[in-house]
Amino acid sequence: MTAQHVTITVNGEAREADVEPRLLLVHLLRDGFGLTGTHIGCDTSNCGACTVHVNGQSAKSCTMLAVQADGAEVRTIEGMVDGATLHPLQQAFWDQHGLQCGFCTPGMIMQAAWLLDQNPKPSEAEIRHGISGNLCRCTGYVNIVKAIQQASGQLETGEAAPIVAAETTEGQAVSAEPAAAG
Amino acid sequence: MIPASFDYVRPADLDAVLNVLAEREGEAKILSGGYSLLPLLKLRLAQPALLVDLRDVAGLDGITETDDELRIGARATHRQIHENETISRRYPSVADVAGGIGDPQVRNWGTIGGSVAHADPASDWPAMLLGANAHLVCRGGSGERVIAAREFFLDTFTTALAPTEVLTEIRIPRRGKGTGGGYTKLERRAGDFATAGVYAVLRLSDDGRIVGSGVGVTGVAETPFAATDAEAALKDAAPTEESFRAAGAAAAAQSRPSADVRGPVDYKRAMVAELTVRSLRTAVERALSWRG
Repeated sequence: MTAQHVTITVNGEAREADVEPRLLLVHLLRDGFGLTGTHIGCDTSNCGACTVHVNGQSAKSCTMLAVQADGAEVRTIEGMVDGATLHPLQQAFWDQHGLQCGFCTPGMIMQAAWLLDQNPKPSEAEIRHGISGNLCRCTGYVNIVKAIQQASGQLETGEAAPIVAAETTEGQAVSAEPAAAG
Repeated sequence: MIPASFDYVRPADLDAVLNVLAEREGEAKILSGGYSLLPLLKLRLAQPALLVDLRDVAGLDGITETDDELRIGARATHRQIHENETISRRYPSVADVAGGIGDPQVRNWGTIGGSVAHADPASDWPAMLLGANAHLVCRGGSGERVIAAREFFLDTFTTALAPTEVLTEIRIPRRGKGTGGGYTKLERRAGDFATAGVYAVLRLSDDGRIVGSGVGVTGVAETPFAATDAEAALKDAAPTEESFRAAGAAAAAQSRPSADVRGPVDYKRAMVAELTVRSLRTAVERALSWRG
């Protein structure tokens, strides 16, 4: 098989590689370019852990050949941070505990970023519909949705705390620490 | 999972694509969005020697309405179709089909032509194309031919498209006065293939009788099919629950489902009957409100 030369702009930087046509984009990103933030979950186009942006459109990078991305602009989770400052979605996932094991998080954030590009103030239903191609094995969807609401400026500070007060065994009320929401 | 090795070309225009397909007849597969083909390659259920990528072929993704037809370029993505202004306004049932396929990432990249040529027995577009009596434009080395959707889907993953041809356009009859469509599918979870799906279209006369209908069914036979018995049951009937139930029963009887993880045969037939009724209800609502 003839190797193909590809040039792909990844997170703003032009990268080149000689690839077999059968090489998947996710493998080029992870094994060729060392960008292991993009995860391989199901490897069957279902789970969305491998979601990246290709020319601004979210794509499952396990379902795209590297040669199909030749000449394209690709953005991965590594391209979200600005110096030492987390992207608002990354900060919101942190604040809202939008991850448990964290495996789905890179794909979830990339898909959420695409969603907010299309629809800056999505309703809860639109958020849930928008991330329907991304699976969280921990089923932590409630806090993922909250994180996306925070990042889109739709969550007031204090709303984040799921339980404001609980009875202790001594009968004293204790307040849960409200999360720092934006 | 890693596909078996293949060669890859990305021709600049359709003539170059057709030349390659003729030179490598039977060895090549066409790559459009890749969301149907790549999973098959990864499972090694398909092992073509050559992939011919249509990415750089311009002019295959237009959406236009003529005096007779709605024409959708084969490379139009599900999302482009879903968000197209003409389709949202005039063909809501087509928008419904597009917006319900897979998930957002699939709709960003998957194309109508890729899905139709792939001909998965549970895919959504074929139900619509069969129900709406659409036509498919296929380009080959010696020119163009137009195939009726009802003669296109031959068997599981098998169509009337020749290995040396490219599907270039989908043509759906222009929506006329008193016409409306609906698509309803049952899926076990978001993004799954349909357990069953039914597309129905009705044309009502001025006095409210059904003068034309189309019913396309997916997921419950070796290939999507037109439920012609349901169409016969609707002919000249009043658009009532009773006639919808009769059409649903006919569509269920014409189904040939197999038992699998999505359910036993009787269940699937019952779902076809119910989905037919629901799609017909939507279709009649839209038909009554459409003076176009």
